[in-house]
Amino acid sequence: MNDSKKFRDTDMQAIIGWILRAGVFISMSVVFIGGVVYLYRHGQTHVDYSTFKGVPDFVGSVGGILHGIFTGRGRAIIQAGIILLIATPIIRVVFSAIGFVMEKDYLYLGITILVLLIIMASMLSGHAG
Amino acid sequence: MSVIVLTLIILIGSYFAGLLGSLTGLGGGVVIIPLLTLLLKVDIHYAIGASLVSVIATSSGSAAAYVKEGITNIRLGMFLEIATTAGAMVGALIAVYIPTHFIAILFGVILILSAIMSLKKKVESVNQEPSVLAEKLKLNSTYPTANGSVAYKVKNVGGGFFMMMFAGTISGLLGIGSGALKVLAMDTIMRIPFKVSTTTSNFMIGVTAAASAVVYLQRGYIDPGLSMPVAIGVLLGALSGSKILVHTSSSGWLRWVFAVVVTFLASQMIYNGFAGKI
Repeated sequence: MNDSKKFRDTDMQAIIGWILRAGVFISMSVVFIGGVVYLYRHGQTHVDYSTFKGVPDFVGSVGGILHGIFTGRGRAIIQAGIILLIATPIIRVVFSAIGFVMEKDYLYLGITILVLLIIMASMLSGHAG
Repeated sequence: MSVIVLTLIILIGSYFAGLLGSLTGLGGGVVIIPLLTLLLKVDIHYAIGASLVSVIATSSGSAAAYVKEGITNIRLGMFLEIATTAGAMVGALIAVYIPTHFIAILFGVILILSAIMSLKKKVESVNQEPSVLAEKLKLNSTYPTANGSVAYKVKNVGGGFFMMMFAGTISGLLGIGSGALKVLAMDTIMRIPFKVSTTTSNFMIGVTAAASAVVYLQRGYIDPGLSMPVAIGVLLGALSGSKILVHTSSSGWLRWVFAVVVTFLASQMIYNGFAGKI
């Protein structure tokens, strides 16, 4: 292992660490804001989670969530934050792919792309099921 | 129960789940799911969704620090993520077809295994036996210690990979990080030093959970009203846990308390599963 390669490995560590930290901070801030709005509007309402009914329609699709955000619905804002949180480790994988390209490590570029393909397949299969 | 009361109970419960989780090395999910299902009578599907969210939050939060310190083996993590994400996808897909009482029983069994794992003596063993596959995949690496960096070699890549697929499936099926199984695969089978296997496991948990979360999100398992207090509570708990960890020398008694609590919760889940109450 020569010095320039080692430098890039630690560089990638710094970037990945930063992405994870920023992703958690941003998504949690969004969840918190949504939570305040939700509690302000629905704090006294009664809820029942004892039977599984899925989520309300307005947080069940991207369009619904976007519309909910613009109309100031707390749960839509929370759900946007949760999606950002789920996206954080996936974005981390994308950035490691870029890192492996810069290191010219094509074996690991392939491995990283394979992981991304599996996650995409998971996303598509969830929609079909 | 009104939204505000439910939110406060979950927030406090999740805070302790995150606190204990970061002090003992077990994920918060092992406390979140029993809290929601046993105490608050939440349907197990919603509980799985909320738990996954907490798992991603704590994994990403703590992995950030370990990656920067250079303890995490990123290549090993990336390679094994093939197995865990594929397993997680399968787990999330078959979860729909498995009766909930079976999920509760399986969860109980995994809980007990996790409790045993958290009590296990941590021996820092450094393997030097070469393995052709580990060489080809560039898995051998070094990690920092007080006496400078130590080189280690990885063995039994195939066995570890297979165990990771199983860990991923359990994670997708139950909505937990299954860190205990991941550490078992790396520590016991692949002979990776304990510090590296726990931090690399933590690094992988976020991606594993995200792979099943994308399925659960579309199925409506992830309810914003529940995941909001769970995510915030667990993250705050984990943050204070990591602060405490720096100031205390021994967390031995804490591991025992946690193991007893977890075993109690596990037996409740198993009992309710067999009684058909979940």
